[in-house]
Amino acid sequence: MRPVAVAGIGKTAFGAFADKDLRTLAVEAARACLADAGVEPSAVDAFYLGNFAGPSFVGQNHLAPYIAGELGLGNVPATRFEAACASAGAAFAHAWSAVASGMHEAALVVGVEKMTSQTTAKVAEILAAAGDVQREGKAGATFPALFAMIARRHMYQYGTTREHLAAVAVKNHANGAKNPQAHMRKVVTMEQVLAGKPVADPLTVYDCSLVSDGAAAILIMSADRVNAHNRVQVLACSQTSDHLALEDKADITSLPAVRLAAERAYKMAGLTAADIDLAEVHDCFTIAEILAMEELGFCQKGEGGPYVASGATTLTGAKPVNTSGGLKSKGHPVGATGVAQLCDLVIQMRGQAGERQVPRNRIGLAQNLGGSGATCVVTILGAV
Amino acid sequence: MKGTVYTETVVWMPPEQFVADAPYQLVIIDVEGGKRITARITGERVQIGDAVDLADTMDGIAYFKRC
Repeated sequence: MRPVAVAGIGKTAFGAFADKDLRTLAVEAARACLADAGVEPSAVDAFYLGNFAGPSFVGQNHLAPYIAGELGLGNVPATRFEAACASAGAAFAHAWSAVASGMHEAALVVGVEKMTSQTTAKVAEILAAAGDVQREGKAGATFPALFAMIARRHMYQYGTTREHLAAVAVKNHANGAKNPQAHMRKVVTMEQVLAGKPVADPLTVYDCSLVSDGAAAILIMSADRVNAHNRVQVLACSQTSDHLALEDKADITSLPAVRLAAERAYKMAGLTAADIDLAEVHDCFTIAEILAMEELGFCQKGEGGPYVASGATTLTGAKPVNTSGGLKSKGHPVGATGVAQLCDLVIQMRGQAGERQVPRNRIGLAQNLGGSGATCVVTILGAV
Repeated sequence: MKGTVYTETVVWMPPEQFVADAPYQLVIIDVEGGKRITARITGERVQIGDAVDLADTMDGIAYFKRC
């Protein structure tokens, strides 16, 4: 495997954009990425697309060449990866392995989702298909319901409180309020979160990530082809999987796929959890960020709630997490999220994060989760 | 079929096909004999650890009630 570096990044703002369709969003992010890298479309020799449910949300399939063609990428291999909310992470993992192995020189990875043209109930139905439809969906399980059941069990086993969950939302909204590309640039208080409209007890609307439109893109190349100035290298990337249905797991308060992906990534990079300066983690629901803290080794099992509530992961804490605002405030166009997390790390590592810039920004970790834990991708970037 | 509530939630924002049912309590039950299933509760709300019994099965959904 040879070293791989980030040549460019590009993102659309996240939000509800009635005037932008899926292809428009993907092309906007990709063109911004190529411009950032300073390369022409002809420099790209493979295209990887992350998208969860374009066929269900907008009725279009065969999405990778649909976008690659519009970008003018010629006849490059173009493939869509679907791994629920980890679709873009999975696309990136495969792009990285292709460049690292020497099969491709320059791979463009785009993640996109167009979600807001459907009703809330229809969105819930489409997202529920990321779980096990026969075992969970048919009984009426939505994604908030699955994570609500995880939260209930975590509270029961470890004494995690409603306030611990709320602390995640308060922190991420505080960060997102400082991100010009965030969907909901609004500070929220603990009281607002606790009094929020119920979605699936104990989760309120403030515990849930947003239904958003948006796209993100990243261009990776063999490191020797990327200018050494301000270079961000991909130190490790690991993709893992697990059962789809919660009922098939021994302990639903654990995310073994996350723990394993993190262990492998740390080993590949020659690092430990203590070496990570900042992280973008998959806070699709507030409880998911608490679990991520535990499985990534940022704190002990069961202590994710008190850890987040301690302030350790705020912008001024020892280990800032979701400085972008996370899925909670930045927004969660599901198929875009895995690449958007990497873009947000690169922005921090280049020192371009403005008001939310953190001082220690050399090593960044991204954790992208699919479903209720059935796919995970952990990527570690390093400024070298 | 008897079991114990492993975890639960009350769903207030349902998917399209269950809008008429909301709010409903969704559970994972540890069924006697070691199996675990996702089901619904009928009647009184339950908590983790409560003993429950299968009350009905409709449209492929198992409905449990508190013992």
